[in-house]
Amino acid sequence: MTMEPVAHEQVLETAAAWRAAGKGVALATVVATWGSSPRPVGSQLVVDEGGDFVGSVSGGCIEGAVVTEAREVIAKGGTRLIDYGVSDEMAWSVGLACGGKCEVFIERLE
Amino acid sequence: MRSDTLRQLLADRAAKRLVVLATDLDGGEGRLLYPAEAEGGGEGLLAAAAEAARADRSRIVEADDGRKLFLHVHNPPLRMLIVGAVHIAQPLSRMAVLAGYDVSIVDPRHSFASEQRFPGVDLSDDWPDEALERLAPDQRTAIVTLTHDPKLDDPALIRALASDAFYIGALGSTRTHAKRLARLREEGLTDSDFDRIRGPVGLDIGAKSPAEIAVSIIAQVTEALRRPPAPAEGAP
Repeated sequence: MTMEPVAHEQVLETAAAWRAAGKGVALATVVATWGSSPRPVGSQLVVDEGGDFVGSVSGGCIEGAVVTEAREVIAKGGTRLIDYGVSDEMAWSVGLACGGKCEVFIERLE
Repeated sequence: MRSDTLRQLLADRAAKRLVVLATDLDGGEGRLLYPAEAEGGGEGLLAAAAEAARADRSRIVEADDGRKLFLHVHNPPLRMLIVGAVHIAQPLSRMAVLAGYDVSIVDPRHSFASEQRFPGVDLSDDWPDEALERLAPDQRTAIVTLTHDPKLDDPALIRALASDAFYIGALGSTRTHAKRLARLREEGLTDSDFDRIRGPVGLDIGAKSPAEIAVSIIAQVTEALRRPPAPAEGAP
């Protein structure tokens, strides 16, 4: 049996490939976390203008909101720095016992 | 971020070069920093990047002019160099891959380092000191010697101690290890070198089987990586 090394997410590779294909692309990056945030600082999500995305910035609870913001950034430019609180209720719904908080930076790939 | 910055970042990562992307959180300008290549640690931002890379933690820092910058660390992959394609090397190499290491196994004895015994692993039949010279261990590298054989382990350890490897471990009982250190002392190595060698290798968890010994080694390597000793006062 052969073993593959642990697969690293190809988020940045995807961003470069989508941009090279002429798509509008935005990158979202977790730049700070507090409490029991599901994904560590540095986690990234790449979004294209149609809303397709690869990668993750949380356990799934804020991806929808981030994609919406990212599409606006693709359309209008600029950057966004957004705090997301994960309420206990939301945290329960994605299987986390306690709430955390994270700060996500969203930028367009120019 | 600009597309050319992203392409350069991807090229650096493919070349296994330590790079830190500093992004201005008010505007998004991104700049690539290379703290490992700077002379003497560098000024403020470069020193902060070096510290973030050493801790392997991306973080926000405040620049001198008050701007908030996100330092995104892209460390080269972790590596484990195993000297001795012995029985323990089989579970150890597999566990190391699972823990995220690029693994190379060095053993000049052909029947040991065979593709059959180590499918899919980078194998070298060079002498250990030559192999380590070529593999150029750095501060993201762990080195483990497993042969018990002085003519293989000793040159490997001497070369390992000349590197920045974050972990150096040598298999062998307390008695074997004491004899080893006596031989290395004759080669001119000193107590401060010996402090870097973990021997007998692995955490003391009563491991018996090869797989259990591999667990104890992986655990000790992980501790060295994630909980490094604080630098001594006045150390260079």
